[in-house]
Amino acid sequence: MSGENSFFVDGKHLSEAALARKHQLENNPAMRKSPLEYLPGMEEIEPDIRSRVMGHVDSYQPEQYTAVDVRRALNRNRPDEEDLKALLSPAAAPFLEEMAQKARNLTSRHFGNTVYMFTPLYLANYCENYCIYCGFNCYNDIQRVQLTSEQMEHEMQVIASSGMEEILLLTGESRGKSSLEYIGGACRLARKYFRNVGLEIYPVNTEEYRYLHECGADYVTVFQETYDLAKYEQLHLAGHKRVWPYRFDAQERALRGGMRGVAFSALLGLSDFRRDALATALHAYYIQRKYPWAEISLSCPRLRPIINNDSINPQDVGERQLCQILCAYRLFLPYAGITVSSRESASFRNGIVKIAATKVSAGVSTGIGDHESKYEGREGVQENAGDEQFEIQDSRSLQKMTADMSSEGLQPVLNDYLYV
Amino acid sequence: MANNDDVLVLGGREFHSRFILGSGKYSLPLIETAVRDAGAEMITVAVRRTNTVDEGNILKYIPEHVTLLPNTSGARNADEAVRIARLARELGCGDFVKIEIMRDSRYLLPDNQETIRATEILAKEGFAVLPYMFPDLTAARDLVSAGAAAVMPLAAPIGSNRGLAARDFIEILINEIDLPIIVDAGIGRPSQACEAMEMGAAAIMANTALATAGNLPLMAQAFKEAITAGRKAYLSGLGRVLSRGAEASDPLTGFLREDA
Repeated sequence: MSGENSFFVDGKHLSEAALARKHQLENNPAMRKSPLEYLPGMEEIEPDIRSRVMGHVDSYQPEQYTAVDVRRALNRNRPDEEDLKALLSPAAAPFLEEMAQKARNLTSRHFGNTVYMFTPLYLANYCENYCIYCGFNCYNDIQRVQLTSEQMEHEMQVIASSGMEEILLLTGESRGKSSLEYIGGACRLARKYFRNVGLEIYPVNTEEYRYLHECGADYVTVFQETYDLAKYEQLHLAGHKRVWPYRFDAQERALRGGMRGVAFSALLGLSDFRRDALATALHAYYIQRKYPWAEISLSCPRLRPIINNDSINPQDVGERQLCQILCAYRLFLPYAGITVSSRESASFRNGIVKIAATKVSAGVSTGIGDHESKYEGREGVQENAGDEQFEIQDSRSLQKMTADMSSEGLQPVLNDYLYV
Repeated sequence: MANNDDVLVLGGREFHSRFILGSGKYSLPLIETAVRDAGAEMITVAVRRTNTVDEGNILKYIPEHVTLLPNTSGARNADEAVRIARLARELGCGDFVKIEIMRDSRYLLPDNQETIRATEILAKEGFAVLPYMFPDLTAARDLVSAGAAAVMPLAAPIGSNRGLAARDFIEILINEIDLPIIVDAGIGRPSQACEAMEMGAAAIMANTALATAGNLPLMAQAFKEAITAGRKAYLSGLGRVLSRGAEASDPLTGFLREDA
């Protein structure tokens, strides 16, 4: 990456004072809070998992692994941390097809030929953070919207009528605009229309996760974005998201709060993707060891262009590298769900579900309140829709996705769990 | 990895030998050969069988550098096991204790539930607790939470020399539990000990296999070498095994684009 400067965009809408503050945050690290400093009200839990993960990540030298290490890792019935490092290293690139064959066998052993479908619903795009690569960042000049509960319900009805049974509720990270009660209300509504409700919202405390679970949410996704603390500091310049360890421990708090499962991810392309992939897999692995009842899943998003800045891209993470990461995940965590989002192309998603992925989104909009126009082609009904978080590549509807997956020989599944 | 670096840490103490002598069939020559020929650095003693007179007191025959592992054999519930452990400590047997609780005198199968309870009590009292258990993952996790220093699953019924009858379940414990997994009971041959070590077991406890051998010192050496061989194989990472038949020939990765 040539530097983060390419991420900085000054919107014309910003006041002089706001611009001055923005520039100070960007140019003067002394103006920024320590990313290790908890904000008032943030719960602190024991850091054992963080220490274990970062112990491995900090000492990982991908270029030190050789073909011999990769071969040994491929021969293991159960690869360990060292094997995972070899599988993620550049030395594993020539073994990609073999990794894929092995990953395919493991995926089918654990998941059969099923592929699980879901769709995200963005409730609001207000955000209090300044994360310089994100379309929702508080300085970016976009149309901000928050759905009222009537609008939410309407969106849910449109989505549910397409046949979807699992929904992932998302908000921008603004406690002020999208309060816990607001999100809890959305969960209650969603339970009326969907059998599975997941959340991808700002991290909260254990008791707050418990409240959201009681409202009907069962699965919590938190992306760490990058596990590289120094890089994290340079990318998340302001807001509660800046507190790196609080975000790191979110999955653990969610499980303690009664959630059934948790999802992990780094946003590949922000920092050294091999280290971030290693950290993601180990984070999930150690959580699962500590909370053996937990269901875990991994995502693998690559950076995508955002509104007002199309220079944001996944850098050196090409499709081959992404495939290598997903195969390594599968070999190391045969039982984990792997989600591949609409950030990736239809051809990539069609190929990867046959190797490692178990879950794909369909009928996706990353904007706010525009499902009717996108699902039913009704233009003009949602003129005040909120802008999108990032540009998607695969816009297939649920119907199209179901047909495509079936023609690939896979069994599309809409739900496999009963909320209890 | 140099062999010297490969130590087994139990209860804060380092062991270079991964053979532990069990207590089933005892004789003074057995102790002698276990230490000399099998390299044992830890020896189990059954507290309930300790002689109260000086004559034949096995403690006199155990060298200084060897760690005593008193066991609670004979205990039928956690309370009895706790009492035996405390007695052992009072007798000067140290802080290590192997918990054995059995309510079954025919197969001598351990009672996992009571073992977890005793482990929790004794770990809180500062004992290094090594619980003998039936290889059950949930029970093993509870033992970890209870403060055990290792987990000791049986390979087969005690004294049976039947080998790794519970192989698949022990392998699950090795994979999932962060503590050392010491395979206890049932190991009848050096090859079985070697297989368990190859799998990743941290150590082997055996007694009957040695005690009933034709030539005691020779069998003790065989066990020592088998355990070392298995350990080295585990550390080095086993080589590839080609399965019969071809791997799928249709490339799975043909869809990947170089520039995306």
